[in-house]
Amino acid sequence: MKFKGKMKRIPKSWYFLVLIVFVYFLFSLFNKEVYLGSLNFFNNLILKIIPIFLLVFVLMSISNYFITPYFVIKYLKEKGIRKWFFVIIGGILSSGPIYMWYPLLADLRNKGLNYGLIACFLYNRAIKIPLIPLAIVYFSWQYIVILLVVMVFASVIQGVLLNKLMEVKK
Amino acid sequence: MKQETLKQSVVKAAKGLWIAFPMILGTILLISLISVLVPKYFYFSVFSKNSFLDSFIGSLVGSISAGNPITSYIFGGEMLKQGVGLTAVTAFLVSWVTVGIIQLPAESAILGKKFTILRNISAFILSIIVAILTVLILEVLV
Repeated sequence: MKFKGKMKRIPKSWYFLVLIVFVYFLFSLFNKEVYLGSLNFFNNLILKIIPIFLLVFVLMSISNYFITPYFVIKYLKEKGIRKWFFVIIGGILSSGPIYMWYPLLADLRNKGLNYGLIACFLYNRAIKIPLIPLAIVYFSWQYIVILLVVMVFASVIQGVLLNKLMEVKK
Repeated sequence: MKQETLKQSVVKAAKGLWIAFPMILGTILLISLISVLVPKYFYFSVFSKNSFLDSFIGSLVGSISAGNPITSYIFGGEMLKQGVGLTAVTAFLVSWVTVGIIQLPAESAILGKKFTILRNISAFILSIIVAILTVLILEVLV
C-alpha cells in the first residue's frame, strides 16, 4: 500500500522519461548503431540548449518577481480600448500554469470582464517572453517578431469573435 | 497576493523547470532517436508542401500535444531541420500553446462549457491562419 501511494505521487512525466531510457537500453543491446547515433545527436542537441536554459531560468525568475496576479488584475480593470491593451500585456507577462489562472479569470468574469477579453488574455499567454531566446536559436529573430505580432492581432480577433459568439443564443 | 521575494521567485522558476525537466529530457531523447530511425523522405510524404493542408496537419498535431512550450520549440525546430515546411511547424507551435485539449475539463468546469469549446475551436482555426500569414509576411519582408 505504501509503495502504491509513493508511486502515485511520482508525476507521469517521469514515467515518460523512464520509458524512453528503457527504449535506449533495448537499442544498446540489439542495435548499437542506432543507439550510438541517437546518443551523438542527443549530445549535440543538449550542448546547444543548456546555455539557453540558463537564460530562460533567469528570465523566468525576473518575470515571477515582478509579474504577480495582483499586478495583472490591477491593469485588467482599465476601461475601453485601454482594457484590450492591458489584457494583451497581462496575458504576455503572466506566468505559471494556465489552470492557475482559471479561477482568477472566472472571478473577473463575475466582476464584469467579458468573455472576449478572457479569451484574448488566454491567447496571449501563448507568448512567453522568457522563452524567446530559445525560439530565436531554433528559428530567426525576424520570424519570431512577425509571429508574435500576428499572434497579438489573432488574439484580438479571437476576443471580438468570442464576444459575438457568446452573445448568440443568450 | 503580496509581491514575491527574489528567493521565492527563483525557487518558483526552478520548480517550474524541474517539473518540465523529465518531459524536456525525454523529448530530446525521443527526437534524437527519431532523427536516426526515421528517414527524411518520410516527413516529405506526410507534409505535402500545400500550405493549407500542411498547416492543418501541423495544427492537429500541436492541438493534441501537451506540455511546456520549451518542448514545442525544440520539437518544432528539429521538424524544420528534417525538412518539414515552416507553415506546418508554425501551426504546430501556435496550436501547442493556444489549443488546450488536455485542459478542456478544467477550463470548461471553471469558465463554462460553451466558452471553452468556442475558444478552442477558434484557436485551432486561427493557428492555421496565423501560420499561413506569418510565413507569407516573412517571405515578403525578409
